Amino acid sequence: MKMSKPALISSVAFALITTFTGTTAALAASATEDKMKSTGAVTMGVRESSIPMSYTTGDSRFDGYHVEICRMILNDVKAKLGMSTLRINYQPVTSQNRVPLVQNGTVDIECGTTTNNVNRAKDVSFANTLYVEEVRIAVKANSGINSISQLAGKKVATTTGTTSVQLLRKHEKANGVNFDEVYGKDHADSFLLLESGRADAFVMDGSILAGNIANSKNPKDYKIVGEVLSTEPIAIMVRKDDPEFLADVNAAIAKIAASGKLPALWNKWFLAPIPPKNIVVGLELSPATKNAWANPNNKPAEDYQQKK
Amino acid sequence: MALDMGVFCKSTLDGEVVEHCFSALFGLGHNADPSYLDWLMKAWGWTLAVAGLGLIIALVVGAVMGTLRTLPNTGRLSRVLVHLSTAWVELFRNIPVLVQVFLWYHVIPAFFLPLKALPSYWLVSIALGFFTSARIAEQVRAGIQSLPSGQRAAATALGLTTPQTYRYIILPMALRIVIPPLTSESMNVIKNSSVAFAVSVPELTLFAMQAQEETSHGVEIYLAVTGLYALSAFSVNRVMAAIEKRSRIPGFITASSDTSLAH
Repeated sequence: MKMSKPALISSVAFALITTFTGTTAALAASATEDKMKSTGAVTMGVRESSIPMSYTTGDSRFDGYHVEICRMILNDVKAKLGMSTLRINYQPVTSQNRVPLVQNGTVDIECGTTTNNVNRAKDVSFANTLYVEEVRIAVKANSGINSISQLAGKKVATTTGTTSVQLLRKHEKANGVNFDEVYGKDHADSFLLLESGRADAFVMDGSILAGNIANSKNPKDYKIVGEVLSTEPIAIMVRKDDPEFLADVNAAIAKIAASGKLPALWNKWFLAPIPPKNIVVGLELSPATKNAWANPNNKPAEDYQQKK
Repeated sequence: MALDMGVFCKSTLDGEVVEHCFSALFGLGHNADPSYLDWLMKAWGWTLAVAGLGLIIALVVGAVMGTLRTLPNTGRLSRVLVHLSTAWVELFRNIPVLVQVFLWYHVIPAFFLPLKALPSYWLVSIALGFFTSARIAEQVRAGIQSLPSGQRAAATALGLTTPQTYRYIILPMALRIVIPPLTSESMNVIKNSSVAFAVSVPELTLFAMQAQEETSHGVEIYLAVTGLYALSAFSVNRVMAAIEKRSRIPGFITASSDTSLAH
């Protein structure tokens, strides 16, 4: 009760706020940039524990692949606005409140692990994709499980409030198999279910699996196996009614891509030791992500499913 | 943003509207292509199951522990029982309920392996039941201690043993006195059962968090879930009110205007 109730209340409150303030009238060409100019500050939405995309390194400091890119983007926007300093406020967000917070203007730019899909694109805008997530299966290395077909009748963990839950359900229906789903309340909790043997597999985004395995007591005890269950573009999120800011963000992304810094950023966050504990996530650059870098786009996840 | 309650008629698989929307109410139709309404009803069932089981455990254990705390100091056994029940109450009411749920789910089964075989909703019900039992025990104790000391003295004078005194004199009075706070406690169990989502019981709170993510209709989903929680708690309230009315002894300990009769 101590934890779940505030979460519930805040979700409802945010939902209500967005109901009544859904249309923040755009007074100028870019409301976000006007606000940055007048207040000298910008609010970046970040995640607490989405290693290595966006996470806290302790002491209210945040870092990660998306966070670093966002800082580069904001630097470009600052230069465009001719400002000498721009203070970045970090606002931790959750899977439940990130869309409402961007909608109501609390967060100006969300740099977390948000899947770009058609449903969300009705409420917010997505910048061009810089990371394509592949949903995979993590199992214990000695379990002998190598494919999703071997999971029939087994206990499969996934995290409440993620797209993977629906994905598993669809897979069950399509293939006539039955998993025994167990839901963790967050990724760390789902991983604990796998670790303690309450689940035989953990189905989730590859980067999250790799991050949790790298962070575990014995990373060698786990492995990521099987086919890619789903491919989803993860994108930076901005407000819907501000196309000028979106264009500036995309221009900055194009500049970063053109400068050839992206492979180095990938190495820094996915293949090299990262703070605070100097763990190595160890996720190789996927062809899908490489493709997104080469062809800047903000296609929603639905387009990726059709290609398969 | 207008409310779109049609979201509950959508399939949980592809988001298309299903034809059998209202057969889902109360789980009547076992639909092969479940809608969000089907899922909501199922989740409600889990909430009621966890809360119901937790409430039974809480009432039984709470009544026993509350009674034991008031035992007269007549020997070594009664002193041990008083200490035991006091320890029980202090242990379970001083730990937050969510922490207790995690302890029962993750920690205790690591030491007592047979518990691993229990389904998770049992473990949550035990955690919820024991947490609430500490609170009920205190209310039962308050009820017993609110009785005039003459009652116990009269029972002793009649030659009743301690168990007989409790069975025939003290508990019939005390349990009637504590029905109003027990009503609140029973309603609390329904609401506290929302912690079960944390250990993967697919109940209303878990449904709300997952369904609002899938449908982006958080307002409608949370309205429905709030309504069901309120309805469940209010039903418990009405049942307890009926019990209170049925068990009332006219002119005795109840909210009688003639208070002098109670003494």
